[in-house]
Amino acid sequence: MLRSYKVNAALFFLFLYREESVVMDVFFEYFEAHGQDYIGLLLGHIRISLLSVLIALLIGTGIGILVYKHPIARAVSERAFGILRIIPSLAVLIILIPIMGTGVKPSVVALVILAVPPILINTVQAFQGLPQSMIEAATGMGMSPLQTFFKVKLPLAFPLMYAGIRTAAIEVIASATLASYIGAGGLGDLIFTGLALLRYHLLIIGGGSVAILSLLTGFVLDRIFRRMTRYQRA
Amino acid sequence: MTAVELKNVNKQFPGMSYKALDNVSVTIEEGEFITILGSSGCGKTTLIKTINRLYEPDSGDIFLYGKNIRDTNPVELRRSIGYVIQQIGLFPHMTVRDNIATIPKLLKWDKAKTDEQVDRLLSLVQLDPAEFRNRYPSQLSGGQQQRIGLARALIADPKVMLLDEPFGAIDAINREKLQNELKKIHAESHKTYLFVTHDIREAFKLGTKIIIMNQGKILQYATAQEIICKPADRFVKELIQTTTDVSKDYVSGGEGI
Repeated sequence: MLRSYKVNAALFFLFLYREESVVMDVFFEYFEAHGQDYIGLLLGHIRISLLSVLIALLIGTGIGILVYKHPIARAVSERAFGILRIIPSLAVLIILIPIMGTGVKPSVVALVILAVPPILINTVQAFQGLPQSMIEAATGMGMSPLQTFFKVKLPLAFPLMYAGIRTAAIEVIASATLASYIGAGGLGDLIFTGLALLRYHLLIIGGGSVAILSLLTGFVLDRIFRRMTRYQRA
Repeated sequence: MTAVELKNVNKQFPGMSYKALDNVSVTIEEGEFITILGSSGCGKTTLIKTINRLYEPDSGDIFLYGKNIRDTNPVELRRSIGYVIQQIGLFPHMTVRDNIATIPKLLKWDKAKTDEQVDRLLSLVQLDPAEFRNRYPSQLSGGQQQRIGLARALIADPKVMLLDEPFGAIDAINREKLQNELKKIHAESHKTYLFVTHDIREAFKLGTKIIIMNQGKILQYATAQEIICKPADRFVKELIQTTTDVSKDYVSGGEGI
């Protein structure tokens, strides 16, 4: 998996640095003239994505931990978010305009809807799959319910929960592009401008940046995961 | 001195046709190594889990050194009782040191004392502290893991140890070794052990006294010799006949005890 990131990234840069200087010139010109704008769009993209993932993390893990023991509550919450998620993000954005107007807020709502299901489902799975023997050992040794939760349940549930968070983060970064449609900014601005004006270099800069951002996020999250679960490979 | 006393304890699980504990009364003296023998579902595990309040009895009272355990906070109670389970239940995300230090951490011992005790316990269960302290459970064999499980339960020097088929999943050679070590640890400690097993040989080898259970009732509570010479009823008689070598060992004078 890691290799594929590196290969993809290398191919992308190879494409940028072909020998034809004419191709490269457009890019240099863009960054010379609009470097500041680009940074702004990039940071905007990161901000929307991060905010959405963090909110989805709170909602997804919170609900997941509350419902995992109760089959009915679990089914209801998983289905509810499952149904919400079927609605395409673009449709959600447009539905939200009359309610929340345009800008960052409705975009974050749409992205949270997208991000909650993988986090919620993985949280429920993780907590349901906890080995009963370990919980019994913890309780039997005199851990209070809260201590059992933080010292045993949560660390053991973490790997599967984390996988859900990773999936959500990657999806959010890719989909945050659409937020530009309702004026929330981000790298989507470059793509939509490029499409509207048929300026391909903007399309490539925008699309490429989103791709690199996703790959980079995946890579960093994988490294963090490996660090935190070192015991599994010890 | 009486360490553990059960008085008319009843426990029935929902959906079960018979009681897991059927009016059980038993008195266990301090320093005994009690083995609790019976087939699956006879109530032997339920019995020891009522002592550390993992299960609450439907009726009846349990006393630990004269004190009704109902009057003790369950969390405090459990920290004062050693507990070992068959599935071992080591925490995979913690090193051997941190696993053994579980109760010291709950009791907030200082680090120096904890480290010292961890090393002492590792030596006690025949594992080299320098070699094993920083390993993770996944790097240990089944027998080594159960040794750690034992060390973890013993570290706070509990007066009472509850062991729920601790050697059930361990190969015959290692089981034999662990039995011998446990017997030695018990003999040196003068603590009270309650050891659940379905293995007749194990029960007779380890127990200073043996509780034989069936369908939630205690059929006989006596020493190995007494059980073999005077089985309480047909069930006990048939049970000991299934393992002829047990009878041989003990009828001829009980040199094995």
